[in-house]
Amino acid sequence: MEYAIQVEDLTKRFSDTQALAGVDFTVRPGTVLGLLGPNGSGKTTTVRILATLLKADSGRARICGYDVATEAHEVRSLLGVTGQYAAVDEKLTGMHNLVLVGRLLGLSKSAARRRSDELLERFGLTDSAGKLAGSYSGGMRRRLDLAASLVGQPSVLCLDEPTTGLDPRSRSAVWETVRGLVADGLTVLLTTQYLEEADQLADDLVVIDHGKVIAQGTADQLKAKVGGQTVEVRPADPQLLDDTLRLVTEVIGNGAPSVEGGLITAATQDPSVLPALVRRLDDAGIAVTGLALRQASLDEVFLTLTGGSDEEKRTVA
Amino acid sequence: MTTAMGTAPLDRPPVRSRVSPVTAFRQGLILAWRNLVKLKISPAQIFVAAIQPMVLTLLFVFMFGGAIQGNRHDYLQFVLPGIIVQSMTLLTASVGTGLATDLNTGIFDRFRSMPIGRSAPLVGAILGDLVRHVISFVLVLGFGMALGFRITTDPLSTLAALALIMVFSFAMCWVSVVLGLLLKTPEAMSSIGIFALLPLTFGNNTLVATDTLPGWLQAWVKINPVTHTTDAVRALLAPKGAESAASPAIYTLLASAAILVVVVPIALRLFLRRK
Ligand SMILES: Nc1ncnc2c1ncn2[C@@H]1O[C@H](COP(=O)(O)OP(=O)(O)OP(=O)(O)O)[C@@H](O)[C@H]1O
Ligand SMILES: [Mg+2]
Repeated sequence: MEYAIQVEDLTKRFSDTQALAGVDFTVRPGTVLGLLGPNGSGKTTTVRILATLLKADSGRARICGYDVATEAHEVRSLLGVTGQYAAVDEKLTGMHNLVLVGRLLGLSKSAARRRSDELLERFGLTDSAGKLAGSYSGGMRRRLDLAASLVGQPSVLCLDEPTTGLDPRSRSAVWETVRGLVADGLTVLLTTQYLEEADQLADDLVVIDHGKVIAQGTADQLKAKVGGQTVEVRPADPQLLDDTLRLVTEVIGNGAPSVEGGLITAATQDPSVLPALVRRLDDAGIAVTGLALRQASLDEVFLTLTGGSDEEKRTVA
Repeated sequence: MTTAMGTAPLDRPPVRSRVSPVTAFRQGLILAWRNLVKLKISPAQIFVAAIQPMVLTLLFVFMFGGAIQGNRHDYLQFVLPGIIVQSMTLLTASVGTGLATDLNTGIFDRFRSMPIGRSAPLVGAILGDLVRHVISFVLVLGFGMALGFRITTDPLSTLAALALIMVFSFAMCWVSVVLGLLLKTPEAMSSIGIFALLPLTFGNNTLVATDTLPGWLQAWVKINPVTHTTDAVRALLAPKGAESAASPAIYTLLASAAILVVVVPIALRLFLRRK
């Protein structure tokens, strides 16, 4: 099968920083890959190499089979990119920004206008079409940027932290858009620091840190890999919080329970703690409004993974 | 739509490995349109650019006019062509400044990640700027005429003067592009970049006749293409005697060609390199 994105052993060094130290991953056509990593882990560098803006020191990357280094022009016509910082012309209106891109891609004046209208509508920018992009809010700018990268109807879309700095409503609007694009058959590479975002959108995840892939798989596989589960208990009567906490500690042992807003959370490796906990609560006559055993959240997975690699580095250094 | 399996949607033109020079030039024109749309949105820009030469004209004519040549009108006839050439040479700095601004806003990343001619953004920046040059030429010349400057030749010679200035400006725009790409920020460009243009714009015969200058400066003034462009424009707009525009014009054209041959490859190299 031909991959939509294929990255092989990419390395990139900036004077004193090894931004990428051998990154490999593939993305199947029509799927979303979430590229996760903390600040400075190499996400943007990866995207810029795919977007033909940077040259890798070694390794290879292909978009729909075309090599980003030797077949850059082909890559550019198949790939849409929305960078981490919105690449819109602030001194042009939203409409002009999109028409400009359409005209550059060879659309006639009227076709470019039609396409721009369509995209402005889709991204809820119709009312601001005639305003200078410089006067747009951060969220509007991002949407305009996203729209600009879709004018050319790309097959593959790279989104570098598309929702950083957006309010929850704009964020879920972007998520909806990405889902719609994937439903249309696009392949999406999405970098993010938000685990929830990756959980919501991505079919597969690649976690990088210090320019290296430290884990990959589906969200469930990653959660299972780290293996943790979390018990949550919320006593009906807040007065009984202390008693409940004592009980949870007894049952779970070294789970280091924490309390936040009336909810007790404790980590465990053993699923059989739940029935035991139910019995003990029952015996003690503590009524609960919430009691659950769930897989560790991706946040917990992420912290475990990236934290671990930090320690590794320190022991190596 | 079905999953695209890595192939393009049906209404997409076929994937090509490059664009033809004609297409690249058309894309350059579209990008020039981008610069002109901005001019239309804030037309004040162009007046701001024209104010400096206007003030200079006033200053020189009324403060020094009497002292330098004894007669204000004669001095205006002498100095205005020079001020036009000088101010239009200085105006070329704006290409580099605009480029440095664009480089910092990420809009060029968008252009560079699009399947368009690699040099189209540069061509667009320069062509867009040349339109401003024409407008500024008309404004400054018109202002001079309002002060009493007379074109003593014919409209054809006036057009020839404009054309010659545009050729020289075109070459100087590429110099400005190189400066902009090297200096990278609009701030650096508007200080260091303009400073770099100073020997060209002031080491010449705009304000005073060459033979009144010390020897070492005369040597530079005689090499400086701005001097020759000024001579040619003087001869084309308001010759004092029967001096011919031909030889300074040829000098200007050759100098422009020489500048282009050296600077264009450097500009393209700087612009196209992928780090
Ligand atoms: N142009 C550059 N010059 C020097 N160092 C750079 C450059 N670009 C990136 N780096 C360094 O390379 C490393 C990876 O940067 P990159 O921007 O890819 O990280 P990122 O994962 O996108 O981070 P963030 O989440 O902050 O956006 C960082 O240490 C960064 O400082
Ligand atoms: Mg980044």
